[in-house]
Amino acid sequence: MLVPKCSADDASAQSLKCPNLIFRFAALAVYWEARAPQETQKDSFWIYLPYHVQSGLLSSVQGEHFNMRKSINSILRRHGLVLAFLIFLAMVAVNAEAFLTPGNILDVLRQVSITGMMALGVTFVVLTGRLDLSVGSLLTLLTVIVVDQHNIVGPFPAIVMTIGAGVLVGAFNGFLVGFIGLNALIVTLAMLSFLQGLVLFYSGGSNVNVNDAQNTWFAVFGRGDFLGVPVPVFLFILGAIIAGLVLQYTTFGRRVYAVGGNETASVFSGVNARWTVFAAYVLSGLTTGVAAIIMGSRVMGAQNTIGQGYELTVLAGVILGGTSLLGGSGSIWRTVIGISMLGFIQNGLLLLGFAYYVQWLVTWAVIIIAVWIDLGAKRGRIFA
Amino acid sequence: MTAAILKVSEITKTFPGVKALDEVSFDIRPGEVHALVGENGAGKSTLMKVLAGLHQPDGGEIIYQGEPMQVAGPLDARQKGILLIHQELSLSPELSVAENIYLGAWPTNRFGVLKKRELRRNAASALDALGCGFGPDVRVGTLSVAMQQMVEIARAEAFSANVVIFDEPTASLTDTEKDQLFHTIRGLKAQGVGIVYISHKMDEIFDITDRVTVLRDGRVQGTLETQDTDLNQVTRMMIGRTLDTYFVKAKEEFGTEVLRVDGLSKSGHFSDVSFSVREGEVLGLYGLVGAGRSEVVETIFGVRRADAGQVHWKGAPIDLPTPRQAIDMGMALVPESRKEQGLVLMMGGRENTSLPHLKLFSGMAVMNRSKELVTYEKYQSALAIKTTGPDQAMSQLSGGNQQKFVLAKWLCANPKLIILDEPTRGIDVGSKSAIHELIAELAEQGLAVIVISSEMPEVLGVSHRVLTMSEGAVVAEFKGADMTEENLIDAVSHHRAPDAA
Repeated sequence: MLVPKCSADDASAQSLKCPNLIFRFAALAVYWEARAPQETQKDSFWIYLPYHVQSGLLSSVQGEHFNMRKSINSILRRHGLVLAFLIFLAMVAVNAEAFLTPGNILDVLRQVSITGMMALGVTFVVLTGRLDLSVGSLLTLLTVIVVDQHNIVGPFPAIVMTIGAGVLVGAFNGFLVGFIGLNALIVTLAMLSFLQGLVLFYSGGSNVNVNDAQNTWFAVFGRGDFLGVPVPVFLFILGAIIAGLVLQYTTFGRRVYAVGGNETASVFSGVNARWTVFAAYVLSGLTTGVAAIIMGSRVMGAQNTIGQGYELTVLAGVILGGTSLLGGSGSIWRTVIGISMLGFIQNGLLLLGFAYYVQWLVTWAVIIIAVWIDLGAKRGRIFA
Repeated sequence: MTAAILKVSEITKTFPGVKALDEVSFDIRPGEVHALVGENGAGKSTLMKVLAGLHQPDGGEIIYQGEPMQVAGPLDARQKGILLIHQELSLSPELSVAENIYLGAWPTNRFGVLKKRELRRNAASALDALGCGFGPDVRVGTLSVAMQQMVEIARAEAFSANVVIFDEPTASLTDTEKDQLFHTIRGLKAQGVGIVYISHKMDEIFDITDRVTVLRDGRVQGTLETQDTDLNQVTRMMIGRTLDTYFVKAKEEFGTEVLRVDGLSKSGHFSDVSFSVREGEVLGLYGLVGAGRSEVVETIFGVRRADAGQVHWKGAPIDLPTPRQAIDMGMALVPESRKEQGLVLMMGGRENTSLPHLKLFSGMAVMNRSKELVTYEKYQSALAIKTTGPDQAMSQLSGGNQQKFVLAKWLCANPKLIILDEPTRGIDVGSKSAIHELIAELAEQGLAVIVISSEMPEVLGVSHRVLTMSEGAVVAEFKGADMTEENLIDAVSHHRAPDAA
C-alpha cells in the first residue's frame, strides 16, 4: 500500500485509480510543506539533502540522540512535497517500464527546459507579488518571429530581434504595472489578448517554418546534444544558476524580496519599488525570449497557437515549487523543482495511458491546491 | 471574598521556538476589574486569545462558573458569556450597529430569515443600557473609533456577558472618550461582570482596576491588590528591575542647523508648516491623531508629495527629496506603523537592517553577507534585541524587539537627522525607557532628532523644544519653563473645532 497513514480522511481512499491518488499525494505533500515552520521557508540548499545526511550532520554537531518519531515527522514536514513526488515516480515506474529510462528522462527535461526557462523570469514577477499571464502568447509571438526572421535576416539577427521583442513587451507590462500602478492580473491578461492578435497580424494566419532546417546552426538550441545531454537542458540549468545567483546574492534580488514582502516598508526604506517591479517584468520577457529560441529551434517552425496555455503551466510550476503568489517568499531553486515535478507528472500520466489533455486538469489541480495551501498557511486556517 | 467566575489554572501554550504561556494561573471575580500587565511578549495577548477561543491551550484548565470549559472559537466564547474586545476592533463597517452587535449570531426564524425587528429592539436596549448617543440603524463605518468601541461593548449587554476582556482599549481614544469608557466599565462592574483590563498605560491601571496580575516571559509574577501597590513595584515585577527615571534629557549643546522647513503645504493635510532643528537638539512634535504630524514628516522624507514649500538641508536649499535621496543625505524616518511601514515581516533582522542601505552592504551590486552579519550582531547586542538568529522572521518577534530593529536599520548608516514617529507606541515599559535613553544619547552624539508623540509626558520628557500641531498647522512653540502639560493642552484645544461627537 502506498497511501501514507496520516490523513484524517483516509476513509475515502478506497479508489486506487491513478489521478485520484496523485491528487491526494499532491494535496498531502503541499499540506506538509505548508506546515513546516516559517524559518524553513528561507531555504538553504541543505534542507534538500537526504534526511539521514542532515540528521547525521546535526547530531554530530549537537550530540543529540537520533529520535525516530521526530525524524519521521520532520521528514514528512520538510520533504513532504518531494517525498510524494518520489512515490508518484515509483508508481509510474512500476506501471510503465519506459518511464525511468535515460531516454525518457532526457525527453522530459528537454520539454521542461522551455517552460522552465520562462518560469525563471516569472519567478521574479511572482516574488514581487505580481503575476505575468502574458508569457504564453508572448512565447507564441516570439517563436513566430524567430522562425520567420531566420528565413529573412539569418539566425543571429533573428535571435537578437527575438530577445529584444521579449524585453520590449516585458518593459511595457512593467511600465503599466510598476509605474502606472495598474493591476497586474488585468494588465497581463490584456497583454495576452493583444499578443494573440499581434501574432495573427504578423503571420497573416499561416504557420511559419525554417526553410533550411537541416543546415542551420540555429538547430543547436533545441536539437543539439552536448555530452549526451540536450543543449536546452544545459541552457535551462545555466539560466537557473544565473537567476538564482542574482536573486540570492545581489541588491536587486534583495529588493525583489523586500517589495514582495512589504511594498510600503520597502518604499519607506528608499527602495524604488517601481523600478524593481519593472525590472522583474523585463526579466520575464527576457527569459520568454530565450524560451522562444529553444522552441523555434526544436520545432523549426511555429503555429499561431504554439504557446497557448503555457502561462498557466509556468505559473503552476512556480507555485508548485512553493513560491508564494502573495509575494516575498520563494526561490529559483524551488521553481526548478516545481517545474520539473510538473514535467514528470505530465509525462508519467501520458505513459500511464492518459490522453495528453489530462495535463490541463493537473495544472488546474496544482494551481488551486498550491494557492489554497499558501493562503491557508498564511492565515492559519484552511477555510475563509 | 466572592468566588471566582473564571479561573485559569496552569495554562501552558507553546509556539514553535517559544513557550508563550508557562503554567499561568489567575482568576477573575464577578464585579472586579482585573489588570493584566507585562512587557510585550510576556504572554498577555496569548492568554486572552486562549480565553476567547482563538488559541487552544497545550495544557492546563479553564474553570468557568465552577465547570471545566472548552472554548471552540470566538463565537462559542461569546455565547458562553466571555467577550474579548480587541485592540483592533472587529466590526464590519458596512453593516448597521444592530447587525454588528449580533454579528454571527443573528436571530432568525425557522426559515433562516433575519428577524429584523427583534434584532433592532434588542440592540436598542443594549445601547440604551450603556447610554450610547446613537441608534441601532447607524452604519458602523460612519462612527468614530470610540463609538465603534461602544458597539463592541454593547455586545456584552446583548449576550449578557459574565467576563469582558479589554485589550488596550484606550490606544486610540481622546481623554474625554477615555473617561466615557471608564464610566462604562464601572457600569459593567456594578452589574457584577468580571473585567480583564490589559494596558500598557500605568495611570489607567491605577485609576480603574482592583487587582493587578503581572506576567513576565509567559509566567505569572504575582497578583496584587491595586490599592496596596504602586507603580514602582509593578514596574519592577514587569521588567525585573527598578526604573529610577523615565526620561533622560540630552544636554543642551546645539550645533548648526540641519534641517529647516519653510511654508510646507499640502492641501487637505497641512498648510504653511515651518520649523528648524539643529545638531544635538531634540524637537518634539505634539498633536492629536489626525493633526497632520506624520504627513509632514513623511513629506520631508519624500514618501509623500507637497504642493508648496522649501526645505533647507544644512543651510542649503534643496528640492524635496525622494526617500532614496533623503536616506543618502543622512535622513532617517522611524515610521508610525512598524508592521506596515517599518519592516518586511517575513525577513529577519539581518535583511531588514541592511534594506535602506543596500549600497553600503554590497560591492558591484553583490551583497556582502558577512558585513551584514557584523552589523546585525553589533546592533542586536547594543540594543539588547531578543532573537533566535539573524534570519528569524520579524513576525515572530515582540513589538518592542521589532521596534528596536527599525531603529537599528536607521542607525547603522550614521544619519544626521532622525525622525521618530510615535517611537514607543504599543511597546512595553522596558523597551520604552531604552528608547528614551537612546534618543538622549543620539542627540548628545550630535544628531538632530525630531520626536512625534501623542503621549504628553514623553514629548515633554525627551524634547528640548516642542511644537504643537492642530488641524494641519503648527499652532505654538514652547521651550524651557513654558513646556508644561497645561500649555500644550491649551495650544492644541484652542484650535480644535467644536467636537462633532
